[in-house]
Amino acid sequence: MVLIDQGVLDVVLRRALRSGGEMAEVFAEDRRSNGARFDDGRVEDMASGRERGAGIRVVSGDTTGFAHTADLTEKGLLAAAEAAAAAARRGGGSVNVVALSRVQAPSPAEVSVLPENVAKADKVALLSRADEAARRAGSQIRQVTAVYADNRRQILVANSEGVLATDDQVKTRFAVSCVASGDTGLQTGRESVGATVGFELFDTVSVEEMAAAAAARAIRKLAARPAPSGRLAVVIKQGSGGVLFHEACGHGLEADLVARDASVFKGKVGEAVASPLVTLVDDGTMGPEWGAIGVDDEGHPAQRNVLIQDGVLTDYMWDWMRARKEGRPASGNGRRESYQHLPMVRMTNTYVLAGAEDPEEIVRQTPYGVFVAQLGGGQVNTATGDFVFGMTEAYLIENGRLTEPLRDANLIGNGPEVLRNIDVVGNDFAMGSPGTCGKDGQGVPVGDGQPTLRVSALTVGGTAR
Amino acid sequence: MSATASHVGHLPDTGDLAAIAGWVAGMARDHEQVEAYVAKGRETEIRVFDGEVESLSSAESAGIGIRVVSGSRQGFAYAGSLEPDVVADTLKEARDNASFVSEDPYLGLAAPDGVEPASLDLWREELLGYPTEQKVRLALELERAVRAGDRRIRAVQAADWGDSAVESAIATSTGIRAFSRRCSCYLSASAIAGEGDDTQTGSGYSVGRSPADLDVEAAADDAVARATRLLGATRPRSAHLTVVLEPRITATLLSVLAGTLDGESVLKGRSLFADRLGEKVAFSGVTLVDDPTNPEAYSAGPYDAEGLATRRNVLIESGVLQKFLYNTYSARRAGTVSTGSAVRAGYAGAPGTGARALSLLPGSKTPQEVLREVGEGLLVQSVSGIHSGVNPVSGDFSVGAEGVMVSGGSPAGPVREITIASTIQRMLANVVAVGADLEYLPSNAAGLTLAISDVATSGR
Repeated sequence: MVLIDQGVLDVVLRRALRSGGEMAEVFAEDRRSNGARFDDGRVEDMASGRERGAGIRVVSGDTTGFAHTADLTEKGLLAAAEAAAAAARRGGGSVNVVALSRVQAPSPAEVSVLPENVAKADKVALLSRADEAARRAGSQIRQVTAVYADNRRQILVANSEGVLATDDQVKTRFAVSCVASGDTGLQTGRESVGATVGFELFDTVSVEEMAAAAAARAIRKLAARPAPSGRLAVVIKQGSGGVLFHEACGHGLEADLVARDASVFKGKVGEAVASPLVTLVDDGTMGPEWGAIGVDDEGHPAQRNVLIQDGVLTDYMWDWMRARKEGRPASGNGRRESYQHLPMVRMTNTYVLAGAEDPEEIVRQTPYGVFVAQLGGGQVNTATGDFVFGMTEAYLIENGRLTEPLRDANLIGNGPEVLRNIDVVGNDFAMGSPGTCGKDGQGVPVGDGQPTLRVSALTVGGTAR
Repeated sequence: MSATASHVGHLPDTGDLAAIAGWVAGMARDHEQVEAYVAKGRETEIRVFDGEVESLSSAESAGIGIRVVSGSRQGFAYAGSLEPDVVADTLKEARDNASFVSEDPYLGLAAPDGVEPASLDLWREELLGYPTEQKVRLALELERAVRAGDRRIRAVQAADWGDSAVESAIATSTGIRAFSRRCSCYLSASAIAGEGDDTQTGSGYSVGRSPADLDVEAAADDAVARATRLLGATRPRSAHLTVVLEPRITATLLSVLAGTLDGESVLKGRSLFADRLGEKVAFSGVTLVDDPTNPEAYSAGPYDAEGLATRRNVLIESGVLQKFLYNTYSARRAGTVSTGSAVRAGYAGAPGTGARALSLLPGSKTPQEVLREVGEGLLVQSVSGIHSGVNPVSGDFSVGAEGVMVSGGSPAGPVREITIASTIQRMLANVVAVGADLEYLPSNAAGLTLAISDVATSGR
């Protein structure tokens, strides 16, 4: 697929820099998506969408001008280039456009079955299978929603520094949500899977097993008691708590927030910021995980970046702009939601490496606390480090054993403090559910993962007296 | 009406939204209903940092969402373009999608119901003509004002200007013809305050339809006051106490509550208020209204997302549950009529049901009087984790919070890193005071000061 001819790119980049500026970039995108939703016993909806366009930015000094257009003809692109150039502050000497040369980056995952080559009827068939499996789990299941979604995002990036890169990103996702009803009211259970692959996802993922797991979760929660309130030891099951690191420190290690003086990790490179048991990696090359990419949205190949090594902060994550200011290479973390957005520093797949402890032993060594088996989303204030994340399946730990299920609640902590309070890390590891990370109003797909681990004290936001 | 490929050539100019929507609706075949939602938006976003423009984006975008109900099946497709060939492809795709979904006898598009749309003036030519240099100047002025607001302001994380002007048209083969347009603009800043090792943040904003509505000083003062008053914040002991929600937090709570009053959730067994119509579900001082015809409401509009006139809906009156919100589909299924409450997330989404302009009927007390009445408790100025800690099906409510303890009826020491938790059901029943300070916010809900008793706070 050729979104824009190389000759046109050259003309557009030159036009963008005609009145000054140090860098011009064309980011073109063609995204097709298809999804179907099963709810209330029926295939309720099937939707498809197409978005195609280009965003052009011109950087002049510390100012970035940006304009986007859905018109990919030379005329449309030139108009956007003029608008972006006008938005960038004039001044600074104009630079020449370097001859474009192809960026070579391996694809993080081979796609064997493109979703566009799969009959819609086959996609829909998955949904009713999930519904049946969920309803078989028990008569308490009152409602089942199953969602199938795929999208293919083809991007092209060219800039005046000579970068010319393309990527073809295919992602497929499936989720099941159940509502169970009992004497205690309604409860919910959810399960979702997503990967940077095509329809072959379902060669390894059983929608029936997912549905059964979601239904069982909702049914178990009918017997849940209110979560405790206060500071407790919290054990987080492998693959369920990557969001903790995403919030506790991931965002704070984004170089743009550091530069704004909005990160508690500013000036801490080389210092111990976490328990020595913690090694944290952000890895865009990790196919077929949800956050995998070939190149980032600035044409930089994806990388595996170690952020924290044995508790010591080794580096932040970088995009083109922040790397340029610091005179260092970018790290493949410049991402954007679509051609209508400016790129910024974003995570890809963020995870903690496995440790040495037997995960079952971690629970046995915990006299009283909370065992979290599934987490929902979270949110962080990077300037203070305070963050929350929600538990959607959790159990009380009493005398080293899981006892009662707990109702949903948020946990709250302070990033640097929680990182130091990780006192045991398991020898297991799993990646978690596909996530969408929101920052400044832009959502991008991210993955996360961790081994089973324990935080010695975290505030659990329950209601129990 | 029959349709042939030759119609494609007659597709109107991409600038005339109503004509494009009408053209698509006219393509409906026998036993088929077609709806087109066409939208076009212009927006500017400016971010300043350290006295300089960091980024300036200006853009125009347009798109179409097409719904086809064929027999009793519905398909949807959208595209981010109004080019004739793309529009024709999108219609084809929506038709194709319809053939893969299940039959549902209640499906069908809205038809004119005789309710006149409110006459709302939400468009401001002066915003469209407002020079970029002035927008930049206001953002820089805001950043300076925040920095100068208090010696403890260490940084301004971001100071932003944003504006948008959106026009949309809806047409259906069942006779709906709706067109509306609206403007909005805002200034916002997030301040970082520091003293010693302590860092706290606070944001302030000002929102309006045109630049004349914006108040730089008020936005700056708000950001400064919120950030600085949290300096020295501690983690209090866990307790059960009365929380006083500032207007912004009340608006957030109302948005969550709206999800439980959606008629479709009720029909599908996902609402904790199903079967409770006519029952007392809240303190008698609680009257909750959704009124998009009120021009003061940020998201006011004359039409809902299916092109029916919006209307004032009283959902809870004096604590008694009166009504759920319906769109055409859910109303038909429930054996009632639409409340004009179809909503959609731009052209890329098919219509669902939701609230647009919620507000509580204000009480008679000032915020200070509410605090005095409460005596001892917690004044909440910000919450986090709404999406992760609130389950609108079970009603469980647990969010992170920051604020100020209330002692002897006055604000006392600041607190942070705590959670407040209850259930939606209990919070409604435990409302003890409703403030008079109604404030329209950039949200689907307005805010006011609200006091709720017996909320669990987790801290130390």
